[in-house]
Amino acid sequence: MSAFLAMLQRELRLALRGGGDVLTLMLFFVIVGAIVPFAVGPDQTLLASIAPGIVWIAAFLAMLLGLERLFRPDHEDGSLILLRHAELPLSAAITAKLIAHWLVTALPLLLASPILALLLAMDLASFWRTLISLSLGTPALAAFGAIGAAVTVPIRHGGLIAPILIAPLSVPVLIFGVGAITSPQSGAAALFLAALSLMAVALAPFVAAFAIRSAED
Amino acid sequence: MSNDTTRPQAWWQRIAHPGQFVAWSAPLLWPLTLLTAVLFALGLWFSFFNSPQDYQMGDTVRIMYVHVPNAWLSQFVYAMMAVSALGTLVWRHPLADVSMKAAAPLGALFTALALFTGALWGRPTWGTFWEWDGRMTSTLVLLFIYLGIIALWRAFDDQLRAARVIAVFTLVGAINIPIIKFSVDWWSTLHQPASVFRPDGPTMPGSILTPLFMMFFAFTLLFLVLHLKAMHTEIKRRRVMTLQRKLAQGASA
Repeated sequence: MSAFLAMLQRELRLALRGGGDVLTLMLFFVIVGAIVPFAVGPDQTLLASIAPGIVWIAAFLAMLLGLERLFRPDHEDGSLILLRHAELPLSAAITAKLIAHWLVTALPLLLASPILALLLAMDLASFWRTLISLSLGTPALAAFGAIGAAVTVPIRHGGLIAPILIAPLSVPVLIFGVGAITSPQSGAAALFLAALSLMAVALAPFVAAFAIRSAED
Repeated sequence: MSNDTTRPQAWWQRIAHPGQFVAWSAPLLWPLTLLTAVLFALGLWFSFFNSPQDYQMGDTVRIMYVHVPNAWLSQFVYAMMAVSALGTLVWRHPLADVSMKAAAPLGALFTALALFTGALWGRPTWGTFWEWDGRMTSTLVLLFIYLGIIALWRAFDDQLRAARVIAVFTLVGAINIPIIKFSVDWWSTLHQPASVFRPDGPTMPGSILTPLFMMFFAFTLLFLVLHLKAMHTEIKRRRVMTLQRKLAQGASA
């Protein structure tokens, strides 16, 4: 357990001390959301009706952007090889990485979402639902992202391929994520989203560990 | 590697050796091609001249004879890729790698054709080329997964390493196949549910089923022929690359 916590601490420390990545992602999230009104026109009712979709798309893109730092730096400086031979199982190390990744990419998005809600003319009730839906759905996005990042880590320029692989997997998250905000059965959609997240987070570390192990022997 | 302490191989291991595989499967290629051509000729004749018009759709029902086999293949090819992926991960068999790699572009092609013929059929009957219905959406996702896998194959330099990583991803993507299969039952929207393989028998008359099954077997055979040929090409391509590498090593030494 202490090894797991040390791993988590290492990841968080690296992410927070490595420049303004966290703030950049928040900024990206807000900018993507704020650029849509320029494209579709500043009609308040239209914006309010498509706001859940915009917020989810912005979150999805921001999570894709942050993927590169999940395994890439460790692959380049060789610590990924050390992690493979460490006493802590690789899947546990990846779970720690996944938790740290969610804390430094998804949590800032949740904190920044009030700004987007304001810009996109959301009412208070749907803002709360957005917050719940984002916090339930982003773990699944992070988990699918971990699989994509693990698969593409041996490729030298894998940055472009990972999003292509992850996007089809993330379709259900987006469907139920937006459904949990807008649809009349938003409660059922939120439950389904939570189930999806739990399953993805439980399985992704093993899949990612398997991909990393099979790539480098 | 070349000492004699290795165990004698079983026959199924011997016929799956890449060189042996090309040797015994190359003579099969021409007869299979001929059979495919005959089945296509028969199937096309049946579907154009010897099957009734639909009482509602008229002649557009004939699109079905192309659409259904392509849609079936789009899933069958993925299932084959998933089985090959297991072969790669469990037995580390080089032929499974080759089979996986050769199947991906074919699967993408059949999926694209299924979507295309579906759009052509949807326009006159449903009044729209595209609808975000459960089965169409999941088939589109399948196409994206195929294209992603092809992109992944092209991105790797080392094909042996690529095969194992892509096998993992192929198995992850296989979640989509049951979703496509049951999408018409879960979300009963525009696309009709299964009407051929049902526990209570098909809901079509024999005059439509005959050409459908002929085209079905013709397309499946077409895939097998193309897949076999693509596997031969891939094995030869790898051999050429190995030879070139050896040549380069000899030149530098």
